[in-house]
Amino acid sequence: MKTAAEIVAESRKVQRPTSLEFIAEIFDDFIELHGDRAFADDKAVVGGIASLKGMPVTVIGVQKGHTVAENVERRFGAPNPDGYRKTIRLMKQAEKFNRPVITFINTMGAYPGVGAEERGQGEAIARCLFETAGLKVPVISVFIGEGGSGGALALAAGDKVWMLQYGMYAVLSPEGFASILWRDPTRSGEAADLMKLTAKDLLANGVIEKIIPEPEEGLENNLKFTTDILREELYDELTNLCAKTTEELLEERYERFRKFGEFNN
Amino acid sequence: MNLFKRKNYIPLTPRTEAVQSPKRDAEVVMEEPIIPDGMWVKCRHCQKLIYKKEMDEYQICPKCGGHFRIGALDRIAITCDEGSFVEYDASMESKNPMNYPSYEKVLDKAREKSGTKEGIICGRCKIDGYDAVIAVMDSNFMMGSMGSVVGEKITRAIEHATEMKLPIVIFTTSGGARMQEGIISLMQMAKTSAALRRHSEAGLLYITVITDPTTGGVSASFANLGDIILAEPKAVIGFAGRRVIEGTINEKLPDDFQTSEFQLEHGFIDKIVDRREMKSTLSRLFKLHGLKGGLE
Repeated sequence: MKTAAEIVAESRKVQRPTSLEFIAEIFDDFIELHGDRAFADDKAVVGGIASLKGMPVTVIGVQKGHTVAENVERRFGAPNPDGYRKTIRLMKQAEKFNRPVITFINTMGAYPGVGAEERGQGEAIARCLFETAGLKVPVISVFIGEGGSGGALALAAGDKVWMLQYGMYAVLSPEGFASILWRDPTRSGEAADLMKLTAKDLLANGVIEKIIPEPEEGLENNLKFTTDILREELYDELTNLCAKTTEELLEERYERFRKFGEFNN
Repeated sequence: MNLFKRKNYIPLTPRTEAVQSPKRDAEVVMEEPIIPDGMWVKCRHCQKLIYKKEMDEYQICPKCGGHFRIGALDRIAITCDEGSFVEYDASMESKNPMNYPSYEKVLDKAREKSGTKEGIICGRCKIDGYDAVIAVMDSNFMMGSMGSVVGEKITRAIEHATEMKLPIVIFTTSGGARMQEGIISLMQMAKTSAALRRHSEAGLLYITVITDPTTGGVSASFANLGDIILAEPKAVIGFAGRRVIEGTINEKLPDDFQTSEFQLEHGFIDKIVDRREMKSTLSRLFKLHGLKGGLE
């Protein structure tokens, strides 16, 4: 049984398979498509069209690297606004051609940079949420590593949100949380416990619907173990979601997020 | 991370020191509130001391015209027609979903400081005779951070507006998601955005008025989704906090970075409006959208 802090470390491990490796294992075919048609092709977000057991789907993933050079190119998986606008473009394209959307999430959050602010990081994320809320095709999101803040939520506002056994998802990093609330980033382990950021905690409070198991020998040593399960689960769930009318799909998606909140009235 | 540097700004600190200093996150690094108790207040724009009684209900510096932060109740008083405001969900209060230690104490303190029960007040009102739903955030309450109550009250206000076919005006001021409620705070971003989607699909008008400061999760959800986005002068508007970005690029950012003027320049807001002109600007926009009920 891993502690929350150990799970955070596992989710960030540099050997952990990235979105492109998941895509290569899960789908029969994949053609990567580039660019947001406005400013750039953000290397921190990859996307394209793939075949899931013969079913055409649009796939979008936040992309990290395994080496420093790769991570510099991919900005350590921290998207710029251009990455979120690429996401929106590919989702709208999927809607036009009636393809379901699958997203893979593995990011500490949106990139905090000068260019990101100049090009409207907040607007880009907000627009992702707004467009996903009305998208007429099913959207399933899978947290394959770490997930932090609005930069992760932007790709996880659809019908089902799943997580790998050692994934995580939180309002921000445990280090950031400890810095802000206790002015002490070294208390990140304590923060990780408190934040309920593990797959088990998130399943209990309804933030995710499903946990995908990882092999005992480690995900990087046997990715096929997890992707074989994921392929079947994705296919079954998409078949199920595609059978719904657009009205049902959108109503259920609305209610999925509408329910969150704890208050006394 | 200096490899991603795009522009040369003035160096902030030697690189080694900057790397060692702990990173602070966007969501709460804000200037201290500017209005202390007493007769005198300091203007954060011109740094001059202002005799409080010299300021009228708009709370604008008589020396430089700088806009002070204004509480939700005062904002409603200068925006809604007298006696027209009917509050929604006035008694809604936060729980402690993460069992965050001492959250109840923090909330009590915030209630005392702001004179409101939570970081937002919502309701129905008339603005120069036009019917509208209005939601006003309050930076005196935990820096307007968005937890369950803020998210729920905004969502309900939007849903009321959709149901009654009314425009909605949201005045934003927020440091972002409320950390003490964890992931549930993050979910409020998706919840409010989805409610706005339905309001928009019904062909209804949503006007955002962005005021100082609006950052983090609020900037990445409803604040940036207005059909028309207005902002007060010199408000701080952005996603990531200035210090986080400075820590990333190891450089000091210019003073006007992430101001209303910066956002106007970069195409993210429609118009900067002086607080004294805000009400008349709203009613002119209502009129131009063919809404009924104006004073003439």
